[in-house]
Amino acid sequence: MNDTLKNTLLFAAVALLIMSVGFQQSWNSALLIIAMGLISSIMALGVNLQWGFAGLFNVGIMGFVALGGLAAVLVGMPPTEGAFAAGGWGVLGALLLGAGTILLAIFVMKRMDAGWLRTLAVIGVLVAGFFLFRGLLDPSVERIEEINPAQTGYLGGLGLPVLIAWPVGGLFAAAAAWIIGKTALGLRSDYLAIATLGIAEIIIAVLKNEDWLTRGVKNVIGVPRPVPYEIDLQNSAAFVERAAGLGFDPVESSTLWVKFLYIILFAAVLLILMWMAQRALHSPWGRMLRAIRDNEVAAEAMGKDVTARHLQVFILGSAICGIAGAMMTTMDGQLTPGTYQPLRFTFLVWVMVIVGGSGNNLGAVLGGFLIWFLWVQVEPMGLWLMNAITSGMAEGSPLKEHLIESAAHMRLLTMGLVLLLVLRFSPRGLIPEK
Amino acid sequence: MDLLNAIVAFLNYVFVPGVAYGSQLALGALGVTLVYGILRFSNFAHGDTMALGAMATVLVTWLFQSWGISLGPLPTALLALPFGIAFAILLLLGTDRAVYKFYRVKKAKPVILVIVSLGITFIYNGVTRFIIGADDQNFFDGQRFIISAREFKRATGLDEGLSFKTTQGITIVTAIIVVILLFWFLNKTRAGKSMRAYSDNEDLALLSGINPERVVMITWMIVATLATIAGVLYGLDKSFKPFTYFQLLLPIFASAIVGGLGNPVGAIAGGFVIAFSEVTITYAWKKILVYLMPESLEPSGLVQLLSTDYKFAVSFVILLIVLLFKPTGLFKGQAV
Repeated sequence: MNDTLKNTLLFAAVALLIMSVGFQQSWNSALLIIAMGLISSIMALGVNLQWGFAGLFNVGIMGFVALGGLAAVLVGMPPTEGAFAAGGWGVLGALLLGAGTILLAIFVMKRMDAGWLRTLAVIGVLVAGFFLFRGLLDPSVERIEEINPAQTGYLGGLGLPVLIAWPVGGLFAAAAAWIIGKTALGLRSDYLAIATLGIAEIIIAVLKNEDWLTRGVKNVIGVPRPVPYEIDLQNSAAFVERAAGLGFDPVESSTLWVKFLYIILFAAVLLILMWMAQRALHSPWGRMLRAIRDNEVAAEAMGKDVTARHLQVFILGSAICGIAGAMMTTMDGQLTPGTYQPLRFTFLVWVMVIVGGSGNNLGAVLGGFLIWFLWVQVEPMGLWLMNAITSGMAEGSPLKEHLIESAAHMRLLTMGLVLLLVLRFSPRGLIPEK
Repeated sequence: MDLLNAIVAFLNYVFVPGVAYGSQLALGALGVTLVYGILRFSNFAHGDTMALGAMATVLVTWLFQSWGISLGPLPTALLALPFGIAFAILLLLGTDRAVYKFYRVKKAKPVILVIVSLGITFIYNGVTRFIIGADDQNFFDGQRFIISAREFKRATGLDEGLSFKTTQGITIVTAIIVVILLFWFLNKTRAGKSMRAYSDNEDLALLSGINPERVVMITWMIVATLATIAGVLYGLDKSFKPFTYFQLLLPIFASAIVGGLGNPVGAIAGGFVIAFSEVTITYAWKKILVYLMPESLEPSGLVQLLSTDYKFAVSFVILLIVLLFKPTGLFKGQAV
């Protein structure tokens, strides 16, 4: 059996699994699995770029995905009336001031001779800058949050078409990745892991607490869509007629049609990124990255700048995660900072990459679909299993109740086990690197 | 008088919580640093090892409480602690046999072991939630305070009270005992010396006849003990909630790296550096400043540098600074 046939069969098997959901449960769930599978595949593609190509361990995928979500809000939402006049300039000024402080500190650091005088000067600049920053930021924030807090209470966005948010999300994630990569790359591999773990926690903390930016845990809802709303479709005579002609009722057909449009959009993004990743993999640049991954010392001896290449690929991979994050928030139509869990957004993507086959872009896509399918289906399966196990127990016994209640936590266990088993027995994944 | 009030307020809100939190972080960071020194990878599962060890202790505590066994003024959890430690030791040795050993024998790259430990993290996390649930659990009993704020005010006549919680006292005393025992073990016993030798130079240690599997086994046992104690102390002092232990990973790693990965003294120092930075930066200093400043200069705001929601940012920034300027940590660690 050659590779092409094997890969086709693997993809066909996943397609069959998803279709079985369509037949047994509903086509709405099946299409949703495909849409989320596409987004997951894009995230996996980004992580595969970092891990499969370059051997970089990123534990902060959640943070980059969340930054993408932030971009969807900042680009897509309409601006809040009066918020910018009230405090927008103040906030912008404060942020610029903060950035300027750090630049000034770096400048002082570079220009002065080492010694206690330099240390004092740097600390002085940072402390003064911090108080100025807070002094400018806090009142502006207060004024912004005062504007109709139940509905808005935040700056709002630019009111641009939400599709623009996708590349912007990538840029946001790239900027965060640059800061992390600049400090942690070139040191031991574990340090990057720990630093990314940290940045992810902090990005989520910022999204949860900076109400002027994201409304915090009050969530931003109603992010504009790139596709029509179901209700408009149901009210459009032409659409209802066409649906009736195909034998669908208008409500179901409108939901299916919206999901289908999303799938087309997401698939287009995936295909573009996939094409770029494939080209990168087979380019001299890709070969250089793999050479670095396989033997850093030898690559360095050949005159390759290891740290610079690592930084490059780390930023690119994170940017792809940011794009996926913006796409996800667009489809959800809301930004809910409370739902960003490391398990769901960091660990799951890792399982996708490892199971699919690290170093192989097709593998990442396959892993994205397969693991997303499992993730959605494990919970009902776990519940079913628990019901089967406890079926012999007396009704209302505390053990039975506890077991059925805990079925939701089976996901963690299953995904952890899948990762360990694949790493142990088939470390190259389903579609191994060539 | 104002000065005394200010000092008492400082002790009450900054110093005592800082020392207790620092002790918990130091114990956690010691576990991370030992795994790093001997097994040479960053153990992401450490936070959830703490959670599992603490969970076992909580369950035994509840059992004892239902039997009516207690330690009087001290929390029953102390009595249950040895059982929790035994459970954690069995768990870690079992995990090592089933998972880590394979990669150790194969001499896999450290980053593979980090990924594996991430997988273990989620299995542990799942087991914890499966058994005890994801919610807050209370297992503290006994006397709440060694010194309560009201008594202190009555005894001294000051406006500010100083409260010293039993859990804080237990944390500090336990941490001191554990650290003394650990250093005695590492420096004086044969097993401890072989551990240090193995950590310093693996090849040389093997050549001089040290059994690596034995060293690894002892390391896991010590790590399990430290993790359980740290987990239980944190749970007693704050509250037991599975997810908070995962979030503790960042400050714990930051402590270990600030001190120098692989260096036990550094881990302790790092724990206190992180804890005090966190507490001082997120504390609203107004309460103390009102006593020290003349009335006209009194601050209008809370004088809180960062809101407590950003306490992770503090450990993170310290981590970045250390990585930028002194990647081997304050005390020379092994990592470059």
